[in-house]
Amino acid sequence: MALLAEHGTDAMLMAGGTDLLPNIKHRVATPEHVVSIRDLPELQGFEVSEHGATLGAGTRLSRLEHDPQIRRVYPALAESASLISVPQVRAVGTLGGNICLDTRCNYYNQSYEWRQAIGFCMKRDSPICRVAPGGDRCWAVASADTVPVLIALRADVEVVSGHQERVLPLEAIYQDDGLEPTTLTFGEIVQGIKIPPPHGYVTVYQKFRLRQSFDFPLVGIAVSIRSDISGIVAEARIVMTAVASYPERAEPAERLLVGAPLTEESILAAGNAVFRQAKPMDNTAGTIFHRKRMARILVERALRRIAQLPETMQRVS
Amino acid sequence: MKALHDLRVNGETVQVAFEPYKTLLEVLREDLNLTGTKHGCELGECGACTVLIDGEPVMSCLYLGVEAEGRDIETVEGLADRGEPSLLQHAFAETGGAQCGYCTPGFLMSATALLRRNPEPSRDEIKQALSGNLCRCTGYIKIFDAVELAARRGEGREH
Repeated sequence: MALLAEHGTDAMLMAGGTDLLPNIKHRVATPEHVVSIRDLPELQGFEVSEHGATLGAGTRLSRLEHDPQIRRVYPALAESASLISVPQVRAVGTLGGNICLDTRCNYYNQSYEWRQAIGFCMKRDSPICRVAPGGDRCWAVASADTVPVLIALRADVEVVSGHQERVLPLEAIYQDDGLEPTTLTFGEIVQGIKIPPPHGYVTVYQKFRLRQSFDFPLVGIAVSIRSDISGIVAEARIVMTAVASYPERAEPAERLLVGAPLTEESILAAGNAVFRQAKPMDNTAGTIFHRKRMARILVERALRRIAQLPETMQRVS
Repeated sequence: MKALHDLRVNGETVQVAFEPYKTLLEVLREDLNLTGTKHGCELGECGACTVLIDGEPVMSCLYLGVEAEGRDIETVEGLADRGEPSLLQHAFAETGGAQCGYCTPGFLMSATALLRRNPEPSRDEIKQALSGNLCRCTGYIKIFDAVELAARRGEGREH
């Protein structure tokens, strides 16, 4: 923290480095100093049981993926971690790094020369967004896989700054702004997350990407459902990743599900609501319409898995 | 500014001077002359630069050299024993698991780590373990065959 204070905004924090180093090579991040927090003991907490979990931001993604306790208590979290990039990246990439992952865009995650050739973009070095040139905002996409699951699991995030610590819902640190995807201020560090007990909830993550390794999500959907004894949905959370600049809650679909049992009809209705809500821009691989349709399909798949209903082949739209 | 660092590479501690911004890949190739580790995409998207750090496959292009100090680094040069290629290396040669060869060191390191951890992997486990290495020649089948052949011959058990 002293190093960060000394070098001010010329410095950037680096944990695993698997997000920051490619950005430095592309010259979209140009810190004068890099402060490694890879081995900071305060970030290494790791407690998991049926009563909840406290996970340090320095927890490596491979540990989330393989830890037997995580797999047993929060299987959707383990699954989402296992779907990030490739084993060599998960071995060093961290939970905190995924939470603070920079937003991504076809016009941003490119070499300096490539970006120079198109006159750069709003996220770096130009006032114009190449996705929506008439607009006044950056549309880069939130691309983390663990974040939608953590929000579906109702996780809190611990943020520290000097001796101050605040705990807030993870969802609350994100904002709909491709330039500044989190509300964290300079000097604040994500120390870890706290996940409440999973009791009564069933959570599932579904990811769509072109290749089954390496790729960031083109759409990701996390769904968490708590049903009462009679099978009526008492609580529903649906969180979408990679369709907006922040992890977006699908509240209309959530409201449709609550108060009724999960049936093929209610699942299709929720899928429809997600299809209407998801508004990806043309700034990742895949077409907008393909990603919108996949958002519908993924939420339906997740809900069928939770309801233990068979996958259906019939498709209407 | 260059500074001296002690790196433990293939079981041997070497003292080497390099700039703090250099990736482990650059230090290995440019400062230690260990050019077996290949320079591919430089962005963690191909796996050609895979080395083992404390036994785990890692992209050396996304790892700073200074951060490797105090850890065990293994590169493809460390696989042969007194000039004799490892069982896995022999298997790659026999099955045609290496064609142009550029991705091979990365595959060898990922597969070596897999076989140490799991000497009898299923084909799915092999695919999973090698999912971070791209090959544009073989179509992967011969690489999977090579790992299975090496496993049958006992690669991974001597460690």
